[in-house]
Amino acid sequence: MDSREKVLDKYSSKIYKNRKEHVIQIEAGEPNVIAADTRAIPGIMTNRGCCYAGCKGVVIGPLKDVVQIVHGPIGCSYYAWGTRRNKGKGDENTKNFLEYCFSTDMQETDIVFGGEKKLKKAIKEAVEIFDPACIMIASTCPVGLIGDDIHAVAAEAEEMYNIKVVSFSCEGYKGVSQSGGHHIANNGLMKNVIGTGNAEHVNYSINLLGEYNIGGDGWEICRVLKRIGYNVVSVMTGDGSYAEIKNAHTADLNLVQCHRSINYIAEMLKTKYGTEWLKVNFIGIEGIKQSLRDVAAFFNDPALTAKTEAVIADEEDEIKEAISEYKAKLEGKTASIYVGGSRTHHYINLLKSLGVEVILAGYEFAHRDDYEGRQVLPLKMDADSKNIESITVEKDPDKYRTFHSEERIQELKDAGLPIESYDGLWADIADNAMITDDYNQFETEEFLKLLKPDIFFSGIKDKYIVQRSGVPSRQLHSYDYSGPYAGFKGALNFARDVTLAVNTPAFNLVQAPWKSEPTLIGNLGGME
Amino acid sequence: MLDVTPKKIAERSALRINPLKTCQPVGAMYAALGVHNCMPHSHGSQGCCSYHRMFLTRHFKDPAIAASSSFTEGASVFGGGSNLKTAIKNIFDLYDPDIIAVHTTCLSETIGDDLVTYITDAKIPEGKIVVHANTPSYVGSHITGFSSMITGLMHYLSQNTGEKNGKLALFPGFVNPGDMREMKKLMTLMGVAYTMLPDTSAVMDSPMTGEYTMYPKGGTTIADIKDLGNCELSLALGEITSTPPAESLESKCKVPFQTLPLPIGIELTDQFIMALNHFSKNEVPYAIEEERGQLVDILLDSHKYSQNKSVAIYGDPDTVLALAQFTLEMGMIPKYLVTGTPGKAFEEKATALFEKYGMEGCTAKGNADLFELHQWIKNDRVDLMIGGTHGKYVAKAEDIPLVRAGFPIVDRYVHSYLPLVGYKGGMRLAEMILNALMDRQDRDCADEDMEMIM
Repeated sequence: MDSREKVLDKYSSKIYKNRKEHVIQIEAGEPNVIAADTRAIPGIMTNRGCCYAGCKGVVIGPLKDVVQIVHGPIGCSYYAWGTRRNKGKGDENTKNFLEYCFSTDMQETDIVFGGEKKLKKAIKEAVEIFDPACIMIASTCPVGLIGDDIHAVAAEAEEMYNIKVVSFSCEGYKGVSQSGGHHIANNGLMKNVIGTGNAEHVNYSINLLGEYNIGGDGWEICRVLKRIGYNVVSVMTGDGSYAEIKNAHTADLNLVQCHRSINYIAEMLKTKYGTEWLKVNFIGIEGIKQSLRDVAAFFNDPALTAKTEAVIADEEDEIKEAISEYKAKLEGKTASIYVGGSRTHHYINLLKSLGVEVILAGYEFAHRDDYEGRQVLPLKMDADSKNIESITVEKDPDKYRTFHSEERIQELKDAGLPIESYDGLWADIADNAMITDDYNQFETEEFLKLLKPDIFFSGIKDKYIVQRSGVPSRQLHSYDYSGPYAGFKGALNFARDVTLAVNTPAFNLVQAPWKSEPTLIGNLGGME
Repeated sequence: MLDVTPKKIAERSALRINPLKTCQPVGAMYAALGVHNCMPHSHGSQGCCSYHRMFLTRHFKDPAIAASSSFTEGASVFGGGSNLKTAIKNIFDLYDPDIIAVHTTCLSETIGDDLVTYITDAKIPEGKIVVHANTPSYVGSHITGFSSMITGLMHYLSQNTGEKNGKLALFPGFVNPGDMREMKKLMTLMGVAYTMLPDTSAVMDSPMTGEYTMYPKGGTTIADIKDLGNCELSLALGEITSTPPAESLESKCKVPFQTLPLPIGIELTDQFIMALNHFSKNEVPYAIEEERGQLVDILLDSHKYSQNKSVAIYGDPDTVLALAQFTLEMGMIPKYLVTGTPGKAFEEKATALFEKYGMEGCTAKGNADLFELHQWIKNDRVDLMIGGTHGKYVAKAEDIPLVRAGFPIVDRYVHSYLPLVGYKGGMRLAEMILNALMDRQDRDCADEDMEMIM
């Protein structure tokens, strides 16, 4: 029996039937198909979060100049308070609310008699104390159930205080994972924020989409982009702001980092404002180089292209020697990655460049295209995905602007530029690797025993489980409070951290000496 | 840091800013982890379970296991009965606990899921147990949830069989495994037979062995929870947290109870030791007397560094009250005491404490938040802050030293292994407080004033 069968075999027939579609082993040359984005099984310890976690926790959470009021009992707001490491910095013109946690702290009476009154009052108090330019409201499970109309409250407040007030119906029970929340958040930004600014167009302008500035990733990416000469209009949403995002329509090109969380927006921006989008990966040296060259190829300005090559050479030069030292220590190791809905894929080339092969991988909340590539779209809708709001946009006649003609775009696509396209995990994962979608603690433990990777990348809920089995573990959601891991300098940070993890001296101290040495020491027959 | 917090204090009645409490289920999950071979289960959407596991794992730096009913929209409309039944079957099949401790969420509470019926109807394997506690997040706080789960466990399991077991039932309060170990040490030294519920020691601070086990050695056993009904007396430590379970044990099994504050500092530990002494009739052994004498000695030696220093203490109600008493024993002024947990008891007890020590100008507030505390500090600062991690932003913004004590502490290591309770815990606290104050003196003084010996 192979590893896959060994693990699945321990399931009851009902779970087996469900999980067998989610656990596969990559076969070279085959069209590998996997089930994804389906309901988690009750009682199975999934690592997934909820719709609210995707909306407030991931997408709108990083917007620094927005007072984000979570309408609900206290817990939901509390857990999304400073826990995702989406760094942001205010300045003299930007009020920074990232260190704050706002909630209506609903009580039993609010559940019984409705919470709209309390929400209205909370908005009033927020306006009086902080005078923000924008307020966002995120609703939690009970709000959806009791039917508080947060959208009406938002509309009324917007008018009353003459500020932007945006509401998100992102109740936790919607959809099957946090993925639905990303969708709802992005729709909200599209409907209410993007395109409402009146900034002028600047040459070589870009938006960075699906980048949340975890551990400063976005800052490192923007540093390199700015060095080459690009104008970054907005980042969605790492260190992002309402002030910037409302002008996102003025960009020439959208770069998409985490496509799982934001490909919907990229599509809509193309339809409404004519902006093309390009899939990039700024994690891993090969990925960064390719992405920067793709962006340069899109703009096709010889000066920009030359500067791109000069910056690549310079940045790479700076880290080359140190990277090869780390590589010497990591060569031949194996890894397992289990995170998010794009990140697993993003890290494969970085690990490869350090000589580490990924033998076990999966996503928490991916859809099939994250594994199999964009060509599998459109996917069949099921009851759960139908519950997530879907919006359509139309061409904005005043703001629609194309950088290239359709013919030129086709030429670029034919030349291999990833315009409106992305590969799935299959494109980069090793043959025979084990893939498990939404993998749970049981599978984690079993695969650890069977495949024995040298390092395991996942999140906090697994971290100590893995470490207790003697396998070094690094969190890829929070980078274990290190980073940035994006960009050239980030690759070096990552190599350093992985080397530290696999060489932790304490792993050699796990066994106490009295476990392996005899307690009684004597000699035979009285001889010395 | 927290730059937009104004000095001017505005009355708020709807907007909670930077809360000092979280929701019931996380407390219930923590209590359930203190039961041997137990799988905590969150009945609701899976985000709650994920957040709670994340949060406990970050505080304890140890795995916090728990399963979820994984509601989607369908379950929210039609009820979570079938999700729970499926979950119970899957959990016993796959993770094989002795007991599943279900707590509800605001989702399942709002739709009115009837847990008693669901559990009665569920297929539970022979010899296995499922219990539940109602823990709506829109009532109380994580402290309430912790109490509710202890009560739930006893409601299902504890029996008065008519035969006393000679034991003391101890409700330790919302404390760390290190505190529970210290309480057990003191009870053993006092020759007291006891059952502690919950007991997260050897679960949330279990040792590294090179092998992961889902259920570590520790936790109160089911047999012991059943036998709680036969205890002679129950002792509830932390009156706000532990009185409700003690009352429920009395009403269900006729076990009389006594309540005491958390045994932090000298006088409150004295009270705990005296209660054990009355219970066991055993003399206090020298080992305990020695520790007490050491702590008093430390406080006398160091008084000049702590005396008249003002301190703001925030966190869970019983922890804050007991810490406040200890700072008073150190001669400090507990200028601001705040907790997020609602209820009048906190303010009443704090006021009584201020009166007892003749403190004027000190303020205590329940159902408060960190934003308000920050505004008070902006208007009239303190020399020291004591509390959990979330206060570090205020401490940095206002340049005030911070001693981490209580829950949650997600930005430091070791804290959950070592006690705050007992005389030993007092020594640890005294060291932390004095180090913070004396480090500050060293950092701020002129070069010529730097002292070698202090």
